[in-house]
Amino acid sequence: MTSMTVDNSLALPEGYWTRTRKAGLIMVLLGLIAAVYLTAIVPNEPARFFLGETTAASGASFSINGKVGTLIFGLLTIACGALLILTNKRFGLYVGLGLAFFVVAALIWQIAETGGQVPLSSLSKITMEKSLPLIFGAIAGVLCERSGVVNVAIEGQLLTGAFFAALFGTMVGSQWFGLVAAAIGGALISLILAWLAIRFLVDQVVIGVVLNALALGLTGFFYEQVMREDTKSFNSPGLLPVWTVPGLSEIPIIGPALFKGTILTYAALLLVVAATVALFRTRWGLRTRAVGEHPAAADTVGIKVLGLRYVNVMIAGLVAGFGGAYFSMVTASSFTKNITGGLGFIALAAMIFGRWHPVGAFLAAIFFGFSSALSSLLQAIQSPIPSDFLAMLPYVATIFAVAGLVGRSRAPAADGKPYVKG
Amino acid sequence: MLFQHEVHIALEATLRLELRGITKRFGDLVANDDISLTVEPGEIHALLGENGAGKSTLMNVLYGLLQPDSGEILVDGKAIKIKGPGDAIAAGIGMVHQHFMLVPVFTVAENVMLGAEPAKAGFLNHAAASDLVRTVSLKYGLPLDPDAIIEDLPIGIQQRVEIVKALTRNVDLLILDEPTAVLTPQETDELLGVMRGLRDAGKSIVFITHKLREVKAVADRITVIRRGKVVGSAEPTAPESELAELMVGRSVVLEVPKQTSEPGAAVLKVSGLVVADDRRHRAVDGVDLEVRAGEVLGIAGVQGNGQTELVEAIMGLRPSLTGSVTLSGQDITGWATRRVLRAGVGYVPEDRSVDGLVKEFSLAENLVLDLYDTEPFGNRFALNPRAINEAAQGRVEEFDIRSQSEQQPVGSLSGGNQQKVIVAREMSRPLKLFIASQPTRGVDVGSIEFIHRRIVAERDVGSAVLVVSSELDEVVALADRIAVMYRGRILAVVPPNTPRETLGLLMAGITPEADS
Repeated sequence: MTSMTVDNSLALPEGYWTRTRKAGLIMVLLGLIAAVYLTAIVPNEPARFFLGETTAASGASFSINGKVGTLIFGLLTIACGALLILTNKRFGLYVGLGLAFFVVAALIWQIAETGGQVPLSSLSKITMEKSLPLIFGAIAGVLCERSGVVNVAIEGQLLTGAFFAALFGTMVGSQWFGLVAAAIGGALISLILAWLAIRFLVDQVVIGVVLNALALGLTGFFYEQVMREDTKSFNSPGLLPVWTVPGLSEIPIIGPALFKGTILTYAALLLVVAATVALFRTRWGLRTRAVGEHPAAADTVGIKVLGLRYVNVMIAGLVAGFGGAYFSMVTASSFTKNITGGLGFIALAAMIFGRWHPVGAFLAAIFFGFSSALSSLLQAIQSPIPSDFLAMLPYVATIFAVAGLVGRSRAPAADGKPYVKG
Repeated sequence: MLFQHEVHIALEATLRLELRGITKRFGDLVANDDISLTVEPGEIHALLGENGAGKSTLMNVLYGLLQPDSGEILVDGKAIKIKGPGDAIAAGIGMVHQHFMLVPVFTVAENVMLGAEPAKAGFLNHAAASDLVRTVSLKYGLPLDPDAIIEDLPIGIQQRVEIVKALTRNVDLLILDEPTAVLTPQETDELLGVMRGLRDAGKSIVFITHKLREVKAVADRITVIRRGKVVGSAEPTAPESELAELMVGRSVVLEVPKQTSEPGAAVLKVSGLVVADDRRHRAVDGVDLEVRAGEVLGIAGVQGNGQTELVEAIMGLRPSLTGSVTLSGQDITGWATRRVLRAGVGYVPEDRSVDGLVKEFSLAENLVLDLYDTEPFGNRFALNPRAINEAAQGRVEEFDIRSQSEQQPVGSLSGGNQQKVIVAREMSRPLKLFIASQPTRGVDVGSIEFIHRRIVAERDVGSAVLVVSSELDEVVALADRIAVMYRGRILAVVPPNTPRETLGLLMAGITPEADS
């Protein structure tokens, strides 16, 4: 009598122009811009790409005629859009590919126009570097929010991590101790977040905003009062050593990005895998997700909802704090005021864009990192596009990504909702 | 298999539960007042009481979700402390909650194993969990697909998951909190069968309900609770009227007194209406119906068959895709809700706390939510508190709303009185049509009687009345004609003296052969 599952025969037929098809249409339009407009205006010159990290004439390279390149990649973009419209399937894949082809077409146009030369390995290396804090931040967000606590304090956790890394790394005289201190710094912010959110049921977004302001104020104060007074004893942790994996780092394009970095690069890659396995394959992960979706259900089978939330918020703080060391020990060798510059919020966007999944968050972080790397590159080759606009690129990408592409993204059902028994 | 030996041969497992002097207070309210109760091994013990009598509180105490202020719990003669659900499960007590405790995005197996996951070094063993689900569901005749996602399953199957979840924890006593509230009559019969099967397998069951018919059908013993106290126990052979009297504390008229209706012209006409639900499914799939002046049309059906969406579309709360709604010949399709209300429609929404009242507002303010900007209650710029309060005093008296003052926040009233506030508000305008969705859900018997009488009175002054309820008894008691709704369609319109079995079958989507 009762069927085992709800059948969908009552589902409304959707109109022809589904979201997927609309995206396809946009892809086709972008492709047309590339294939027609860009091809028309690009000079009939070659665009040269180097595989290595430098543009030394001896390095392996290939070049493509500007007009041919924009035409080919424009057509490829159109093809992706057409596939979306025709099949109404595989939204993520074709939108991703289509955007990538369009970006390549635009890049060829710029390079042919300026006669610049592009070292691809360097581009990917910069992408990875720019992505690093976002990866740590976004995954910290995933770990926290999967258990039902909103983490707007990523920015504060990164900043405190960066500050602790510089301060304690210098004072103790060990960079490794600095890394540990960074993680603890992030966890301290988490502790306040967890305490106020879980124990006192304060609105989690408000606490997050307040904690960011607190972190900015405190680290700024101590930077002015302590670090600047005696940089040598308090603010010179130095750069983390770069470890190169022999062989693998020689792989063209991706080798230097993945296998020639500081401990943070390897930790980030490991973190993505570890977080995914932990969330979806372990007892802790199942319970975390249950607590984030339906805490009462978890409570009634004897899971300590609040305890688990504390644990997860603390883990998130450790992760984000550790990632914060990037700012004071990887890109710079000391701490400065507001050194994170709002990247924690981009990490938050990456978490949402990545749909609260570690791999998604990682890919989103890479995407944001790439758009940031691209803007540096275009400035380097003296693109005629104004540099202010180029600097905006990652943020514009963020807005479009979060507003337009996520759409159906579904947060954990109990995200941000305090749990009260009974 | 790792887990098979852990599923005990059930007949060995028996548990005797004793509650002694359980008292639980919430502020001034004594929810449980010195309650003592014994559940013998292998019996179905019905806990009968009205909404708000304290049944659920008692069971939440037993399950460790609430801590009693005094009293003790004994299992097999030994006093135990239950500090949380974990302790309850360890003591052999399981509970199926009225609102299911299932994670909607998890699979059946994930939900069943949650909290007691088969794992090796912290890594889940999904295969073992699926096996456990299959083993237990086979053993008790409760078939389940371990890999199905909960939110795709019908309510009846979700309940089965809850029962299996409890059984995999080797509980010997199962608490079922209002388990039939969401089921069709057929599903209810099926559940009662399952309960008997579990009893025969040696499990004890505490069956919480306010439905007399079910108690009589399945219970071995009955304990009646009223206002937090045990007021007596009864044998299942006792007549319904006696049980009802015990439950309510006075004799209860189980039937709504009313004359035969003298319907006039059609007031509400719905034709070819198609409405989508939030998931973009056709919740209402081509409904035609007519409600005439001076009659009550009852819509029966299991919850979730499109009744909510139908009413919301009529009220302008939800867009209709095709079809039309007319009120006394005027096309009101797509009208804004305020316009519909002011055209002479009264509306009692199904969820009073979300859609019917502003809980933080006072009783008086809630009574003028519809007319606050109309003389004498106010104008475009300001409210007239004196007029509002005077009107409120009149309504409170007329509708027997039990409150300390009309300035009291409406959320502090009992469910029945809150519902009366809504009914009072909606009946204070001149009406052509009165729509009541689940008019007595979660309401005490006294208020039920009162609301039912007002609904019939509204009919008798010539309004058209549309009553939607998932309580078949309520529809039968009120309606002059019954429309049975199933999967977005009206399957049949039948007179109220139609046999219950026929109605039950219709609610399950089965049209009787003799229909032609």
